[in-house]
Amino acid sequence: MEGEKPQLMINGKRTDGRMPGDLRPIKIEVGILKNAEGSAYLEWGNNKVLAAVYGPKEAQPKHIADPNRAIIKCRYQMAPFSSLEEHNRSGPNRRAIEISKVTKEVFENVILLDNFPGSEIDVFVEVLQSDGGTRAAGITAAAVAIASSGIPMRDIPYAVSAGKAGEEIILDLNKLEDNYSDADMPVAISPRNGEILLLQMDGSLTKEQCEKAMQLIIKAGETITKVQRAALETRYL
Amino acid sequence: MIAENEEYILELLGKGVREHDRDRMQYRDIKIQTGTIPHAEGSAMVDIGNTKVLVGVKLDIGTPLKDKPDEGALVTSAELLPLANAEYETGPPSPESIEFARVVDRGIRAAGVVDTDALFIEKDKVWTAYVDIYVLNYDGNLFDAGTLASVSALLSARMPKYEDEKVIREGNLGKLKTGGIVTSCTFAKVGKNILLDPNANEERIMAGRLTIANDESVLRAMQKGESGSFSYKELTELVDATFDNSKRLRDMIKGAVGD
Repeated sequence: MEGEKPQLMINGKRTDGRMPGDLRPIKIEVGILKNAEGSAYLEWGNNKVLAAVYGPKEAQPKHIADPNRAIIKCRYQMAPFSSLEEHNRSGPNRRAIEISKVTKEVFENVILLDNFPGSEIDVFVEVLQSDGGTRAAGITAAAVAIASSGIPMRDIPYAVSAGKAGEEIILDLNKLEDNYSDADMPVAISPRNGEILLLQMDGSLTKEQCEKAMQLIIKAGETITKVQRAALETRYL
Repeated sequence: MIAENEEYILELLGKGVREHDRDRMQYRDIKIQTGTIPHAEGSAMVDIGNTKVLVGVKLDIGTPLKDKPDEGALVTSAELLPLANAEYETGPPSPESIEFARVVDRGIRAAGVVDTDALFIEKDKVWTAYVDIYVLNYDGNLFDAGTLASVSALLSARMPKYEDEKVIREGNLGKLKTGGIVTSCTFAKVGKNILLDPNANEERIMAGRLTIANDESVLRAMQKGESGSFSYKELTELVDATFDNSKRLRDMIKGAVGD
């Protein structure tokens, strides 16, 4: 479809030297924002993401409160200076509103909402620098931020995307790969039971390619989960 | 009210049945009618059970997207009209309507339903195809109805002409240039049950929703919604179920657009 499509795979390697199933380096630091109940700063390749959680606190406005459980408000946003391309207008666009919704749904699955009737929990994800896979980076960071706040959770979910370059299934697409790949499939998983908490996809995948992509995502969970837990342990042990 | 409804639906599922005696993997009756709004370049009305969705397609002159200077544009929007459901409110687009429009849009785009190359006119001037999804009555499964209606409206749309800096919308016009056909199958997880084509009562109590869009050969878009989860095994089974159901959906579209 695109005019001059760059080659994403050269001699079995990706443009940044990675093998198809390789993750970019991930670093997470916990508790760097003092006002928030929990926070995490994550670097994932060239992505730089801040996540913070406030609450549980009384739900506002009152009519949105659920008398039986807490509600989650979630805002994912990309900073206007975050990309290598032109200035992004700030404020939520349609993409950000959708990502905020599916991110919220991930955490509705794992937070023990019944413990806090009538409350709200605010989850903020600010993408300071973007290089593909920011929703996955945001979910991975927010999961650590929530865990560090002490809000009880069933599990600490992680997220990562897989996709397709030519006929090769690749893990953790960077921006260039995201722009020119033949498929992109961001997924969030609860590592405790392997349940899929977020699944989006567009492009072109056969059933077998979809399964291969899921297997790469599940395998990557071992590494990502380790980084998440290490960040929490460094802070609290 | 929700609690009563939940008990009733779960009681039925416990006996292995759904409302109106439907099987778990069975659609309600589907009707597709094209050309509903002759003023629009393309249009289609789709009924799935009591869910009723109208799509109108308009083509206008616009500027290309910065990263795609040689192609026309496609803009998909959805309106959850207050007349469609007591729970819909007026105001700016809700996250639900934005998600709905974007999921339909991704399927259409990925499957190349609109040939955007053919919408190029000249440098900095292209056609923009606007797909507006109007939900007229909500009884669940908007995603599949919206995709059926959008694809049917696009496949039956006429192509205006651009002559002497004027748009000609009437007279002897050809058809909008289109490519593949995409359809979607939406599943709801209710308790331990997975139900194809959930109605409103089932959607009100579902834990999770999964929409899978495909064409003849490949998956084109997927979206999981709500807080519930799906296992890997369930995902692979639902991909199979989608491929099993989609031929009939594609044939219905072809029938409605007269192919």
